Amino acid sequence: MDFFFQLPLWIQGIAKGLAVIAVLFPLAAACSMAERKISAWIQGRPGPNRTVVPWLAWIPIIVPFLQRLGVFQLAADGGKFVFKEDPVPGHVNKLYFIAAPVLAMIPALTTITIVPFGAYLNDVGQLVPIVLANVDIGLLAVLAISSLGVYSVILAGWASNSKYPFLGSIRASAQLISYELSMTLSVLPVFLWVNAPGGQGTLSLFDVVQVQSGQGFHFDSLWLGLWMPVSAFIFLVALFAETNRQPFDMAESEADLVGGFHTEYGAFKWSLFFVAEYAHMIVGSGVFTLLFLGGWNPLPGLPLTTVVHGLQHWISFAGHPLFMGVLGILIFLGKVGFFIFFFMWVRWTLPRFRYDQIMKIGWQKLLPLSIGNLIFYALLIALIQK
Amino acid sequence: MADSLFYLFAFFTVACAVGVVANKNAVNAAMCLMLCLMGIASLFVLLDAYLLAALLVLVYAGAVVALFLFIVMLLDMQGGVKRPFKKMTAVASVASLALMLVGVTMIKTRGQLSSLPAPVGTTAPVGAVLKNYAELLFTTYLLPVQVIGFLLLIAMLGVIVLSKKFAGMGDIK
Repeated sequence: MDFFFQLPLWIQGIAKGLAVIAVLFPLAAACSMAERKISAWIQGRPGPNRTVVPWLAWIPIIVPFLQRLGVFQLAADGGKFVFKEDPVPGHVNKLYFIAAPVLAMIPALTTITIVPFGAYLNDVGQLVPIVLANVDIGLLAVLAISSLGVYSVILAGWASNSKYPFLGSIRASAQLISYELSMTLSVLPVFLWVNAPGGQGTLSLFDVVQVQSGQGFHFDSLWLGLWMPVSAFIFLVALFAETNRQPFDMAESEADLVGGFHTEYGAFKWSLFFVAEYAHMIVGSGVFTLLFLGGWNPLPGLPLTTVVHGLQHWISFAGHPLFMGVLGILIFLGKVGFFIFFFMWVRWTLPRFRYDQIMKIGWQKLLPLSIGNLIFYALLIALIQK
Repeated sequence: MADSLFYLFAFFTVACAVGVVANKNAVNAAMCLMLCLMGIASLFVLLDAYLLAALLVLVYAGAVVALFLFIVMLLDMQGGVKRPFKKMTAVASVASLALMLVGVTMIKTRGQLSSLPAPVGTTAPVGAVLKNYAELLFTTYLLPVQVIGFLLLIAMLGVIVLSKKFAGMGDIK
C-alpha cells in the first residue's frame, strides 16, 4: 500500500487507469454473454451451454456448471473475433472505415475516468472518492465526451459507402442529437438541489452522492430518484436512446436495415463496436446510479459510513479503508449490474419504435416533459431552500 | 510541463485549422474542424477554464460539427469544381492578409502576456469556479445573453417558417 503511494504520480495514474480498463473491458465483453443468456431465459430456451475447454471438462461439478452458464462461450467468441479474417470491402473509404470502431471505443473508455465508483474514510475520517479524476465539472464532462460517440456511428455509416449503413447512421445520429437535449434538461433539477445557495457551485458526481448520504429518513437525505422520479425516468429513457439500445436502436434496426451502420463490418472491428456499446451501457448505468440511486450507499437513509461503523462491532477489520472501498464498489457494481439486466430485459420485451415515433417521442413528449419538470423543481427547490 | 503541453496543443489546433481550409473533401474538413475544436478545448483546460472546455466539446464538437457532417453526407459533396479566378478573390485575399498583419503587430506590440502577475498558489483561478460564471452571466452580461437568446429564437422560428409546408398555402412557393 505504502509502496504504491511512493511511486511517481504519473505511474500511479497509468496504473489506476489500466486497472479500471482491465475491469471495464472484460465486463463489457461479459455483458454480451449475459445478453445472450438473458435473452434465452426470456424466450424460454437454454442459450449457449455446450462450449467447454477440452481438458477442463474432466473437472466435475464446477466446470459443467460454468459450461451451462456459457462462460466458455465467451472465451470462444473472443478468440473467434481475434483470429477471424478481417476483410475490408473494396468500396469503402479505408481511413474512416478503420477509424470508426476506434472512435467508438475512445469516448466509452474516457468517460469512466470521471465516474466515481466507491468511497472510503481516510485516517482523518474524511470521505474520499475512489475515482480516476474527481473534477468539478463531473457530469458535464461525461456528457461532453459521450456526445463525441456520435462520430463513430456517422463515420461508420458514411465510410461503408452503401445504402443500409448510411440510412442507419443518418437515423442514429438524428436520434442521438435529439435525445441529448432531454437528457441534459432532466439532470438540471438534481444540480439545482445539490447546489444549495451560498456554495461554490459544483457539477461533481461525488457531491451528488454526498447529498444522498444523509442518515435516517429525512427529506433531504432521500435518494434523488425517490423524490425526482420524473427526472429519473426521462434520464433513463434518454439513456436508452443515447446508448442505441432497443427500443431505440435506430443505428441497427436489423429488421429493415440488415445490420444498420455496421452491416459492412466483421470480425474484430465489429466486436469493438459491441464492446463500446456495452461500455457505454455500463458507464451510463453508473451515472444513473450516482445521480438517482445513491451511488455506493446500500439503502436510502442508510449511508455506507453508518454501515461500516455498525459492522465494526462484529468484524475487526471493517474499519480498514480497503474494506470500505471494496464494499462500496461491490454495492455500486450491484446496482449497475441490475441496470444492465434492466437494459436487456427491456430489449427482449418491447418492440422497436419506428423512426417517426422516435422523433415524436423525443421532441413532442420527452422535451416538453423535461422542461416542465425543470420549472416545477426550480420553483419547489426555491421554496424549500428559501 | 504546462508549456510543452501548450505548444503541443497549439500546434495541433493550428494544424487542424489549416486542414479545415485546405481539404478538398468536405468530410475531411469537418473532421479537422472537430479535432481543431478539441485542441481549443484542451487549451482551455490548460487555462483552468474547465467549464468552457466542457461546453465547447459538448455543444460545438459534439453537436454542431456532427450536424455539419450530417449535412455534408446528405448532400454528398465530393470536392466540387474549381471556380474561375475572380477580381474579388484578389481583393479579399489582400484585405485578409492586411488584417492578419494588423493582428500580428497588435499582439507583438500590445500583448502583455509576460507581464501578467504570477498566480497565487492557494486560491482557485477565476475560470475554475462555476459560481463566477453564473454571477457574471446573471449580472454584467445579462443583457447580451438575453439578446443572443432572442436572436437564436428568431433564427429558429425563421427556419421553421421557411422549411415547413403549411396546409392551405400550397400556391406560395
